[in-house]
Order: sequence, then structure tokens, then C-alpha cells
Amino acid sequence: MARQINIGRGPGGAHNRFGAKMTKDSWKTVRRVFGYVVRHYKFSLLVVLACIVVTSVTTLTSTLFTRTLIDDYITPMVETGSTDYAPLAQALLKLGCILAVGIVCSYLNNRLMINVGQGTLLRLRKDLFAHMEQLPIKYFDQHAHGDIMSVYTNDVDTLRQMIGSSIPMVFSSLITITVTFASMVVLSVPLTLLVLVMTLVMVFVTRKLGERSALHFRSQQQNLGKINGYIEEMLTGQKVIKTFCHERATIKQFEELNEALRSSAYNANRVANVVMPINGNLSNLIYVLAAVLGGVIALHAGGNLISFESTLTVGTLVAFLTLIKNFTQPVSHVSQQINSVINALAGADRVFTLMDAEVEKDDEATVRLVDAEEGADGELHESDHRTGVWAWKVPESDGSFHLVRQRGEVDFSGVDFSYVAEKQVLFDIDLDTEAGQKVALVGGTGAGKTTITNLINRFYDIQGGTILYDHIDIRKIHREDLRRSLGMVLQETHLFTGTVMDNIRYGKLDATDEECIAAAKLVNAHNFILGLAQGYDTPLTADGGNLSQGERQLIAIARAAVGNPPALILDEATSSIDTRTEKMVQEGMDHIMNGRSTFVIAHRLSTVRNSHIIVVMDHGRIIEQGTHEELLALQGKYYELYNGHQIA
Amino acid sequence: MFKTLLRNVGDFKKSSILTPVFTSLEVLMSTFIPYVTSWIIDRGINAGDMGNVCLYGGVMLVLAFLSLWFGIQAGRNSAYASTGFAYNLRSAMYSHIQTFSFSNIDRFTTSGLITRMTTDVSNLQNSFQQILRASVRAPLTLIFSIFMCVFINWKMSLIFITAMVVLGLSLYLVISKTVKLFSQVFEKYDALNNSVQENVQAIRVVKAFVREDYENTKFRKAAESLYKLFVKTESLQAINHPMMNLVVYGCIIALSWFGAHYIVGGELTTGQLTSLFTYVMSILTSLMMLTMIFVSITMSAASGKRVVEVLDERADITSPADGGLKEVADGSVEFSDVSFSYRQGVSDEDGNITGSVTRPALQHITVKVESGETLGVIGGTGCGKSTFASMVSRLYDVHSGVVKVGGRDVRDYDVEVLRNEVSMILQNNILFSGTILENLRWGKPDATLEECRHACDLAQASEFIDQMPEGYETHIEQNGTNVSGGQRQRLCIARALLKKPKVLILDDSTSACDTSTEAKILDAFTHQVPDITKIIISQRIQSVQHADHIIVMDNGEINGFGTHDELLRSNPIYQDIYRLQIENGGDFDQKK
Repeated sequence: MARQINIGRGPGGAHNRFGAKMTKDSWKTVRRVFGYVVRHYKFSLLVVLACIVVTSVTTLTSTLFTRTLIDDYITPMVETGSTDYAPLAQALLKLGCILAVGIVCSYLNNRLMINVGQGTLLRLRKDLFAHMEQLPIKYFDQHAHGDIMSVYTNDVDTLRQMIGSSIPMVFSSLITITVTFASMVVLSVPLTLLVLVMTLVMVFVTRKLGERSALHFRSQQQNLGKINGYIEEMLTGQKVIKTFCHERATIKQFEELNEALRSSAYNANRVANVVMPINGNLSNLIYVLAAVLGGVIALHAGGNLISFESTLTVGTLVAFLTLIKNFTQPVSHVSQQINSVINALAGADRVFTLMDAEVEKDDEATVRLVDAEEGADGELHESDHRTGVWAWKVPESDGSFHLVRQRGEVDFSGVDFSYVAEKQVLFDIDLDTEAGQKVALVGGTGAGKTTITNLINRFYDIQGGTILYDHIDIRKIHREDLRRSLGMVLQETHLFTGTVMDNIRYGKLDATDEECIAAAKLVNAHNFILGLAQGYDTPLTADGGNLSQGERQLIAIARAAVGNPPALILDEATSSIDTRTEKMVQEGMDHIMNGRSTFVIAHRLSTVRNSHIIVVMDHGRIIEQGTHEELLALQGKYYELYNGHQIA
Repeated sequence: MFKTLLRNVGDFKKSSILTPVFTSLEVLMSTFIPYVTSWIIDRGINAGDMGNVCLYGGVMLVLAFLSLWFGIQAGRNSAYASTGFAYNLRSAMYSHIQTFSFSNIDRFTTSGLITRMTTDVSNLQNSFQQILRASVRAPLTLIFSIFMCVFINWKMSLIFITAMVVLGLSLYLVISKTVKLFSQVFEKYDALNNSVQENVQAIRVVKAFVREDYENTKFRKAAESLYKLFVKTESLQAINHPMMNLVVYGCIIALSWFGAHYIVGGELTTGQLTSLFTYVMSILTSLMMLTMIFVSITMSAASGKRVVEVLDERADITSPADGGLKEVADGSVEFSDVSFSYRQGVSDEDGNITGSVTRPALQHITVKVESGETLGVIGGTGCGKSTFASMVSRLYDVHSGVVKVGGRDVRDYDVEVLRNEVSMILQNNILFSGTILENLRWGKPDATLEECRHACDLAQASEFIDQMPEGYETHIEQNGTNVSGGQRQRLCIARALLKKPKVLILDDSTSACDTSTEAKILDAFTHQVPDITKIIISQRIQSVQHADHIIVMDNGEINGFGTHDELLRSNPIYQDIYRLQIENGGDFDQKK
């Protein structure tokens, strides 16, 4: 019923319905999916199981009733000419009661399965998301965002279908098949054999067609992917197409892809569409064969051939014939459903792969960040409320702790790093900074500036050397505490759905409105925010698309400022924002850097010139290091860079 | 809406008509079958006549084979028709989009257009197939079955008709309610997926601020509210099945009771009773199917609407009816009192256009550039620089005033001729997947390697192309992600130069090149292609300072006009920009 409406709007998933194969791994996945479902719904599932059995039996009863009706009531009445309907009325009443039980069970079954299916999905989604949040940045580097998304949309969706409808359906079909088969055997063994053989033929044909259709479906998916890619690329460049009058050429290319898609889609659907009529009419064929064979047996009852079949009455035969549909229909359902179950398992596999991905490790960490207070003696003491002073709580070997004031002093010594093995990007980085200093990183694209900042907050772990933060090895500091102590403004600005205020508050969840506004004022964002339609309450749509690049950056700076972090990592924007907005952004950045230990990936002369330490990088190495004056005096790379950008 | 959609059935009309025909024949056959089975029972088995069993069995087999054949034909034709329908829709949309002007494109977002061409078309394909087959099958089964019932025994048919009305009404009630709930579910579902997407994209922000737990809580809340709505919707739906059972069982009991009376009374045979049992099932199942079609049409109506929106959009820039001028006399450009405002589509979250706003972009612009001169345009974001340039190659039409190229109104030219002579390099430098050479040849399809080299020399692109292992055969990834921003810009300039235009417009096209490269490019323009009129739009003083004339734009108006020196003396905005860029800062970026 409408429960099977496909919510996943992307291609793939439910389309490939036929001909998939079970492998050893799929059985593992089956067990895991079942484990997931069963763990929390043992009782519900038992009730569901009982309900399915009862429903199948009642359905069968209603079917078999035809025989009882004709043989036990109508025929005798016709023969005797009796008009006493009381026994029939009684039988019908009894039937009504049984059927009523069936209806109740059927509702109970459906209703409970909703809780089981949706509940499992809810748990699955929560687990999936919680796990994803724990994955290291590396994971997101290595996996296309679209692929991660499709786990949530397509794969979880196919699982929804499988748990919510395929599995219950296969289940109830299997029970119906078993019960019907048993009844058929009771009614007539030879007829049952005939039906069995023919049903096997039906299953075989369905599988064969399924395999053929699967081939076409795969090529349809490929062509669909190609044409989607083409549309995306061309429509993104639509304005270029217009300026180069390239319309006819692109239409021609599109038509080719479109035709390829049409022809594979046609083939896939053609084969798939044939399955239903073939199954339906094979079942008609079985009916006729059974009728003829049954007729022979019934009419020659007691004959020499099958003497034990003397009990096959006309009523029995009629009932048997009715049972045939009851038997073949679920068989054809199951053989079609099996394929969608197998395809759903492929989705389940991807879900579990994501859930099994290794999370960020924090094994060696022992140091915590705590609020601290300076006592009268000048010593630091741990405090239970926000004091604005933070300290590292470092454990001693004897189990006691000592506090180290958090100042934001970062030292690199001999640091080597590579994102992927065998491709080292940082070589032997040595860098000593003092608390409160501004450190500017300069150098070309790929020099390793961003990488250095990503190591400080442990987005990545280094392979060699050490990084000390306030003289503590950063691997000893709990990762979340380390990150909490560092404010960060990334080059690519990402904002979240919510109001401007919500986005600023992201930097400090318990910040009051006043604190957020103060932060905005500090970084020069206040005026433009007031100019927005609803001021601080202006809702931001997808990633702040309704703001300009510079405005989004200002909000991101305010977001970092509201937490008032003692140390900062900044990535200056290079994108072309106009000079006046850029000036505001620049001033915003200058304000927040003031008095804090700052690592800044600098693109502007003024930022660089005002830094305490300028680090010139090239191909993953520090080639020069010092103040503006010192480096100019060196007449090296920095000198070259600096003069190259003076206006001729 | 339906008219526009149906027009696109096109060549696949034959199949679209054959499908329902074959389907009805299939239904006809399969409806006769239970009737024949009753003959087998009555005239064959009950009468003890083996000959009749075989005879009617044979008839039934023939019917089954016919039904199979018709079924296969219907399946084949429906596949052909529906995939063809989708094919036509995609083609029609794509070619239609190609006629769109910039303002048409602005009305729909790019991502909106992509969804319309992919997901929405797939939805329509599925419903079209379903409608072709099921919408005929279900009502026909219904009608045939009722007819057969009436034929067998009209008095008993009253039972069906009552049952049908009861079931039909209640199904309608339940389903129309669930459809509404489902659309809410979809919204919540999209919102949930958006929040996942946001997290995947902004994972660095989440981690930098240690907001994993916060995001978890947010997600849990969203997931739980989706869960509640889903359970509510499905619970409502769960009534359907038991309700159907209730009606079916009611029918069976009623049929048994009255059937027994009629048989005893001699008005009905046992075989006919069995057939009636079969028909009651097919009547009620087809009712169920009808409601499903109803759901499917409701759900795809939204897709249909969005597709039609694209197809019905009228391109607002076209060549003059008589074909227009085929020749551009020279590269002179003249604006006289030109004003323009953008009409922007306002769309909701699904990309449906809900209204439009206008925002003035150019006001009373008058300026003249002689052929071969260089014009610089400078100003902040949103000041109207790009709009100004777009008017020259008629990417947008003026609202008042006249833009002339080569002494004639741009609206008098054949659009293609004009755009080939006025080559514009857009702000978003887009390359397409393919080799460098293929990309360059967008400018001139039959350009020789020599011509391409020459253009690349001018654009200062030869050096890095020659350093690439495969040179001009180097494959460019989609969006040109495997070359740097500066390289992309230089390739785009070379591509535009290959057109050998009379007017060349650079919209912020050297912003990612370092100063010395930019200077070389501008120098090559001045000395090697002196005949081309150059319009250079930039935010950087050094890009425009050597131009013959410079326009300072502010809020869609010309704030200053003159040479670098003149403006430096007299124009406050120009002075301000100069001070910020040259005295105070400058760009400390090594952009290679």
C-alpha cells in the first residue's frame, strides 16, 4: 500500500529490483540487521509473529470455507430439499468470529510493525549520526560528501523499506505458503505435487527474468549517472554557454546521452513489466492443469489408478482450486521481494561500514582544561565556575594534580606529517612561540600553511616530532579541551541553519544575547547585521547563501570571538570580496587578534608586517623565520615576495 | 499543466494508446477466466463430464495465453511510452533552457533546474507508466467484474455495490488524510537530511568548536520529531488493510448466506457462487489499486508543476524577427541613459518560484568608448560593474535607454552574431570537463593548434600548459578543479580571444593572477590586439590604471570618469580605494 512510497528521491535504491545474488557477507549483514531490530523489540516481534500466523490461518479458513459451505451445507440441502438454515447460520457466525480475530490480529501486526520499523530506523539514524560526529577529519577528506549523504538518504531508506515492508511481507508470505501447502497436501497429494512442480517453474522463470532485468537496470543507472553529471556541469556553466553561443553543440551532446538513457531504461522496464503477466498466467495454467487432473481423479474416484483418492469430492476439488491462487501469489511475491531485500542489504552494508569506521582516538590524553582562580598566594586553584582564567590540570605520577595556566604558547619541534602515507607534506618543522604573540604563516599554495594550523588542534595527528602547548605534549591533552582552548576562523566559511544570533552563539552555547552582540561589535559585524531585514533574528538559509561572502566571514569571526578564546587560529580570506568589506573583515580580525596568541595564515601585507613572527613556508618546509625587519634584511624569499607585491 | 505535459508524449503516442488497449484486453481475458472456471466446475466436474472439463480447460488455456500475450504487449508498450515520455521531457526542457536568457536563468536557480530535469522527470516517468497501466486496469477490472457479477446474479451484486461504496469512501478518507501527512513527513525528512549535509560540510567547524554533543542533541530532536510524524501517518494507514479485510469477510459471509438460499432455490449454481467469490476479491483489490493511483498522481503533481514551470517559461531575449544584422561594423560601444533592474525570482525551499523582487542595478548610464580603446570599470561589490558589462553583449535587455555596439542598437543584431563579436569573460570562470584544447575550441570550433597557441601566448597561459606532461591534451576535470584559479582565468581569457572579437570584456578575470602576470596580459592586449575594444572590470586599481578611461561605479551610477591621474586628483571613492589597496595593504599572496 502507500507505505511503500519511495521517499528517497535520488536515483538508485529501489529501482534495481531483480536478480541480485546473496553472498556470504550478505548473510552476515542479515544477522546484523536482525540483531538490530530484535534487540529492542523482542516482545513486539513475538506478538507480530503470532499475529501473522493467526491472520494466515484465518485467511485460509475463509478460503476453505467455500468447501464447507458447498459440501456440508448447500449440497445436502439441495439433495434433501431441506430449508433449515439454522446450521448454516451457526456456521457463518462461527466463521465471523474467527475472521474478526483475524482482523484484530492483522491490525495489531501492522500497527506494531510501524513501531518496530520506525523505532529501529530512529535508533539507526541516531547511532549513525553520533558515530559520524566522532570520525576524524581524515574520514571526511577521503570520502565524497555526496557518498556520506547517500548513506542517510538512499541506504537508510532502503533499510526502511526492508524492515517496514519487505521482511514482514516475506514472513507472512512464507507462513501463508506453509499453511496453504499443508492444507493442499491434506486435500490431495497428487494435485499438490503437480502444483509444486509448476510453481518451481514459475520461480525459475522469475529468477531468470530478474537476472536479465538486473543487467539492464545497471546500465540504466550508469546512463542516469552520466546524464545527471552532464546536466549538472552544463547548467552550472549555462551562462558561459550563452556567451559562447554554444547552445546547439550542447543540445546535440545531450541528445546522445538522453537516447542512451532512454534505450536502457526501456529495456530494463520492458523485462521487469513482463514478470507480472507471466507469473499471473502461469498460475492460470496451473489452475487448468489442476482442474483437469482433479476432474479425472474425482470422476474416476475409486478407479484402479489412484484408489486412495476416493475421498476427492467435488467440494474438495473446488477448495483445492481456490487454494492454488493462495499458494502461487505469495510465491511470486516472495521471489520478487527477495531481490529488493538483497539490494537493501547492499545499502545496509554501507550503513554498517560507516558505523564501523574508526573514530578519533584519545588514548594517551590525561590533561584536562579547567576553570581556575588565582589565590591570594598567587597560586592557581581549580574553580567550579567561569572565571575567564583557564588552566591545564596535569596529573602527577602519584595521582595528584598540578595546574598550569593556559597561555597559548605553541612550540613545534621536528614535526613531520603526511596526509597519506608516502606523500610527506611537512618536513622537520621547528617553531617556538611566546604567549600572546602573533605568528604569520606566508607562502604559496601547497606550502603547508593550513596543514600546520590543522595540527595544532589535532584535526590530524603527526607522524614525527612533538607539538607542545603551554609545554604540554598536545597528545596528552584531551582533544575536546584542546580544541575548546583554541578559537578558529576557517577560510571557507560555514554557517548553520538558524538566525544570525544562533550562529554567533555557536561559539559559546551559554552566551547571552548581550555577549553575542558585544562580540559582533568587537569584530565590526554589528552594523551590517542591524542592516539586515530582521537584524540579529534574520534567519540564514543554506550555509548563509543570502549573505555576501564578506558578511558571512564577519559572522564567523564573531562566532570565534564570543568564546573569548586565549589562543586563535585564523585563515584570512583570499576570495575576491570588495575592498570596503574586506577592510571591515580585516579590522574585525585585527580586533580579535589583539592580545591573543594567534596563528594566522596571512594574505595581506598589513597583517604580515604587524606580526611578531613571520614564518615563510615553501614545499612543506620553513625556509625563513623572523620579524618583518629581520626578514627584509635577509634579502631572501620574503624580500622577494614583499617587493614582488609592491606596485611597480 | 496536463496539456503541456501531454504534448511531450510526442512520437510515443502510439505506444501510449496501445498500452491501455492491450491492458484492457488483458483485463478482459483475465476477467473471463473465473467465469470459465465456473463452467469447468459446473458443466465438467459437477456434471461428471470429462470432455467438458478438457474443453473448458482448453478455452481457459487459450484465454490465459491471450492474456499473457496482451500483458506482455502492454508491459512492453508502457515501458516504451513512459521512458519515451521522460526522454521527450528531458530533451524539451534542455533545449528550452538553452533559449533562456540570463534573467530567465536567474529566475530558476541552477540547482533548481537540475532537480527539475532529473528527480522530477523520473517521478513523472514512473507515474506515467503507472497511469497507463494501472489506471486502466483497475477501473476496467472493476467494471468487468461488476458486469460479470450482475450477469451471474444481479440480486447478489447489491452486496458488492454496498461493500464497494463503504470501502471506497473510507479508503478515500484515510488516504486523502495520509497524503497530507506525508507531505509534512517529506518536509521534515528533507530538513533532517539538510542538517546532516550541513554537518558533513561544516565538520571542521563542528570539531573546532567541540560541538559534537550539541549537534547530536539537535539531530536527535529532529529525528525524533520525524519518527513521531511517521508513526502517526503510518498508523492511520495501518487501518486500510484490516478495513479491507473487514469488508471482504463481510461479503463472504453475506454471499454464503444468500448464495445458499439462491442455490437451494435453484437460482444459482455452486460454480457461479465460486466465481462470485473470486469477483468480490478482484473488485475490492481494484478499489485498493484505484486509491493507490490517486496517491501516486497527487504525489507526482508537484513534480509535474515544476517541470511545466520550466517549459512554460518564455525566453525574454531573442533575435529580431527578420533575423537581425549579421555584421558588427566596429568595436565602438555607447551607452545612452541606460537604466536596468534585476527581476529576481523569490523561491521557497523546494525551489518553487513564489514571487519576484526588483532591485535597481544601473541608473542613467551614459558613456562612449571608441573602437580599440580600453575602458576600466572599478567599484565595490554590487555597484553594478558586471551588470554594466552584461548589457554590451545583450545578456540582459535595458529597461530604458539604448546600448549601441558598432553604432547600432544591440537589439538590432542577430544575438549570435553580437555575442561572437562581443566576447565576454564572466566572473565565474568555468571550464568544462575535456582537454585543454577542447575547452579552447569553445571559442572557435575549427581553431588550429597554432591559433590556440597564439591565444594562449597572449593570455600568458602557454608557459604552464607547456609544463604539463600532456600539454594541450591535458584533461580538465569538471569545474576545472585540477588547475589553479589563476590558470583557469588565463585559459578562459585565451578561450575568449579565440573568437577574435571586436569587443572583449574581462569581468574580474585576472583577480587570481599575480601582479606581474596580470601586467603581461594587459600589455599583450595593448600591443598585440590593439584593434579590439577592451572593457576591464576589476576591484583592483592596478588592473585598470593604464586604461584610456576609467569609470568609477557606485550604487549603479557613474561616480567618476577619467584617466587614472584625473581620478586620483578628483574622485574621493577612487582615492579611497587607492589608499586602501596601495598604501595600506596590498595582497601578500603568492599566486602562481
